[in-house]
Amino acid sequence: MAELQFREAIRAAIDEEMSQDEDIFVMGEEVAEYDGAYKVTEGLLDKHGPKRMIDTPISELGFAGIGVGAAMNGLRPIVEFMTFNFAVLAADQIINHASKARYMTGGQVEIPIVFRGPNASAGQLSATHSVSYDAMYAHFPGLKVIYTSEPADAKGLLKSAIRDDNPVLFMESEQMYGLKGEVPDEDDFTIPIGKAKVKREGSDVTVIAHGKMYHVATQAAEKLAKEDVDVEIVDPRTVKPLDIETIVKSIRKTNRCVIVDEAHPFGGLAAEVGYLIQREAFDYLDAPVQRVTLPDTNAPFAKNLFDEWLPSPDQVIDAINTVTYRK
Amino acid sequence: MAKKEKNAEEVSFTPEGTGIRTNGEIVRSTELPDPTDKKHTDLDLSDEDVVDMFEQMYLQRRFEERAMQMYQKGKFGGFLHLYMGQEAISTGTTYALNDDDDIITAYRDHGWGLVRGVSPKEGMAELYGKVTGCSKGKGGSMHFANVDKHFWGGYGIVGGHIPLGGGIAFANKYKQNGRVTACFLGDGAVPQGALHETLNMSQNWGLPCIYAVENNGYAMGTAVHRHSVGEIVDRADGFSMKKMVINGMDVLTVYEKMKEIADDVRENSEPWFVEIRTYRYRGHSMSDPMKYRTKEELEEYEQLDPVERIKNYLLDEDIIDEDKVEEIEDSVEDTVMEAIDFAEESDFPEKEALYDHMFAEDDYPFHR
Repeated sequence: MAELQFREAIRAAIDEEMSQDEDIFVMGEEVAEYDGAYKVTEGLLDKHGPKRMIDTPISELGFAGIGVGAAMNGLRPIVEFMTFNFAVLAADQIINHASKARYMTGGQVEIPIVFRGPNASAGQLSATHSVSYDAMYAHFPGLKVIYTSEPADAKGLLKSAIRDDNPVLFMESEQMYGLKGEVPDEDDFTIPIGKAKVKREGSDVTVIAHGKMYHVATQAAEKLAKEDVDVEIVDPRTVKPLDIETIVKSIRKTNRCVIVDEAHPFGGLAAEVGYLIQREAFDYLDAPVQRVTLPDTNAPFAKNLFDEWLPSPDQVIDAINTVTYRK
Repeated sequence: MAKKEKNAEEVSFTPEGTGIRTNGEIVRSTELPDPTDKKHTDLDLSDEDVVDMFEQMYLQRRFEERAMQMYQKGKFGGFLHLYMGQEAISTGTTYALNDDDDIITAYRDHGWGLVRGVSPKEGMAELYGKVTGCSKGKGGSMHFANVDKHFWGGYGIVGGHIPLGGGIAFANKYKQNGRVTACFLGDGAVPQGALHETLNMSQNWGLPCIYAVENNGYAMGTAVHRHSVGEIVDRADGFSMKKMVINGMDVLTVYEKMKEIADDVRENSEPWFVEIRTYRYRGHSMSDPMKYRTKEELEEYEQLDPVERIKNYLLDEDIIDEDKVEEIEDSVEDTVMEAIDFAEESDFPEKEALYDHMFAEDDYPFHR
């Protein structure tokens, strides 16, 4: 095991895959000569050269579509968005083209492309830089969506994403890039897409949390452990296809569930998982499922308001207290 | 002194007017450049080539005329955007390009499919939504494709396929395979941001791609001078891109100019922006009452019909006689009628096909 930063784990995944497949290239804003806006792609220009590390203008719609066209014509692009908040400009290419061209041509084209970059909020960046997009893209058939929480998951799942012959959205977080974690040294370490992981075993309540919210859930679990509440945390890792079996298995054990999601409440992952739980585990529930999400408001700038806006460990504790009838 | 305010009725935004040539002084991006004065032999085309061009164009025309009848009879649903009037562009371009050069276009795609390897049977079956269609009944009128023959398909979002064309060209440059991409769009796609982003990157990156506007005068029902300022082709200037305006009603002209351009793209790996002026004989789609243009304007362009023009060329040059023309026309008619029979007799896709072609793998766990 090696201890790597999140950004180093992503870089290693890209570097290893690029080293064994000449058709893989990286394009995006500041990915090459600047070494990456968040230093994820640092050093890759020197190693792989300007043909494969391509700086784009600020034209998300244009370069996302060029990536899709290149994927149709035999390459395996990794398209970096400086944040998925900017990828909204490219949504037509992801939603109308990448996810649909195979289907509407009756299977004549293959689109092996990865769209990656940070998702959701990163401190006080106000309304347009703070939105979580994983559930939005997961809504659309034809796309796979991954939002990982730890360096090992990031490396293993990104390698799988790059090898996947479908469009995959791979989401990260500005605030997690410096996070360190143990990453297996094995030569070809991959994690299959679509597999959740029980990351903390517990018997009293199941908390479902992915991406940055996994760490909020962990903090809540650690605090509650001091009060003898035994929290199990399931990290879906892949949002679509969703591993509902692992979630249901945990709930059959704990009979209680809280979903933590850094998205707005309407129609998000928390809503979908909540529906699936009532369908698949209704008879096992001892309390209604609770969720902790962003409020139905835009992200504010003011520090006090922002702290109020972002899901906190205390909110998770409150929700756990509700489903366990502790308070 | 305060500036005098205008009366409410004096305020307007979009320029007004019916038609593309009847709006007083505003006549932009509509004048047809002169057709080539070269004979086919000057262009290194054989007699057989020009006869085939006529046959290809007549096939596109009859295919659509019959498709329109079938649509009106309620034989199939969806949209039906007809290419009639623009056949010289698909045909001249296909002749100008190599067989492994890449073509991508928007939703007015029947002509492109037929001239680039979609058989009349597969095309008609696709209109009917049958499993024997070129896209297995999954695409319909807007999504003809034959990727084996480097026809990447018709796309339904106006301007959305333009970056895809750039990406196909990007991959060709990456692989250094010498292929040229021709990305066609309508004049209605010219104001889309996707075009301008793609042109900028294409010039900066030296992508071997021809971006060709089939300017048929109307974005749906909005005349070109009402939706775009200046001359369309001058968009190229902002990107220091090579440009040309081409008469799209004459197949020999389209062939001559597109060949010159394709040769240049292949040699220098630099993109071109081309405006090919043409005219759409039918409405935007089948539900279009065409109130935005005059009957006189339509008749004026019907005098320039590209299919009649190449037919008359064949007769005037004594390449073939009237009997031979009739023989070709009858044979095309038979082909189209056989295609209709084929489409009608073909099966619809099985219910299970709903889940086919979503993902590369067969065992994807669909959400339910």
